[in-house]
Amino acid sequence: MSDGETLTSSEYIRHHLQNLTYGQHADGSWGLAHNAEDLAEMGFWSINLDSMAFAIGLGLLFMWLFRKVAKSATADVPGGLQNFVEWVVEFIDDSVRGSFSGKNPLVAPLALTIFVWIALMNTMDLVPVDYLPFVAGQLGVGHLKIVPSTDPNVTFAMALSVFFLVLFYSVKMKGFGGFIGELTLHPFGKWGMPFNLFLEGVNLLSKPVSLALRLFGNMYAGEMIFILIALLPWYAQWTLSLPWAIFHILIVLLQAFIFMTLTIVYLDMAHHVEDHH
Amino acid sequence: MESALLYIAGAIMMGLGALGAAVGIGVLGGRFLEGAARQPELIPMLRTQFFIVMGLTDAVPMIAVGIAMYVLFAVA
Repeated sequence: MSDGETLTSSEYIRHHLQNLTYGQHADGSWGLAHNAEDLAEMGFWSINLDSMAFAIGLGLLFMWLFRKVAKSATADVPGGLQNFVEWVVEFIDDSVRGSFSGKNPLVAPLALTIFVWIALMNTMDLVPVDYLPFVAGQLGVGHLKIVPSTDPNVTFAMALSVFFLVLFYSVKMKGFGGFIGELTLHPFGKWGMPFNLFLEGVNLLSKPVSLALRLFGNMYAGEMIFILIALLPWYAQWTLSLPWAIFHILIVLLQAFIFMTLTIVYLDMAHHVEDHH
Repeated sequence: MESALLYIAGAIMMGLGALGAAVGIGVLGGRFLEGAARQPELIPMLRTQFFIVMGLTDAVPMIAVGIAMYVLFAVA
């Protein structure tokens, strides 16, 4: 617990679930939120500094690492790092070739970025819950959430970016009329247009929502369980946190993989010009 | 009284989530084994698909457990 004084367990949990948020206070001044009331006053126009910092930092780490390996790649016997990066790239390449049928040079790099970035952000979950918040507390930072993907803002931002790409390529490949036609003429022909629009609209809008909520929910639940384990006495924690961390490695990679796969599938559907009805 | 309701809510969330996912993953795993027994050469491809669908199914109870834990320990 970061600040010496004794907290009840629900205060401890709430403290760990609050982001470091910058926004406008009720009295008009700008600053950091210190508790849940501050957070509620700030409302929409606030920014979670910790999520932004960790997400951008991990994105830069990914780009730096992969660029460094690509620059120094050799045709000789590759080192361990180059082997690893080649393995990741080939894995993504296989996945994209397997489920994307159109021609688009954007999709594979997008899939690689999404997979590695989400995997890195999720991996922050495996850092014990009190290490970095304790250090930050000693430096005078009250709240710190180190897993960006437990912040719905981050997951929704990624899902909306994918959604806009889907809209963009739908319009580009099928034309505006084709896209509208796909939304309105699909199951029941032109006389069932409002009903078609309702069905297809729900189908379209559920994609980004489910994409974002699935990642957020899984990571939030995992983080929540780590926090609960951290409430146990220190000598007993490893009996639960070790098995959960090992199981969580599966979830971390699986969720990154699912987000990537669904992105590819949605973009593939956007590229698919249907002419059989 | 209210906290008792919250405990029951958490229990229902975890229980029903686990129930649905258990049936789902059971059916999924059974079919995976059937497919693998029939065509063992397809196992790598089937395994990938199996993990994708398992991740989709597994998400629901995991989210339910997380929210239930939050309700039980932070709200109640």
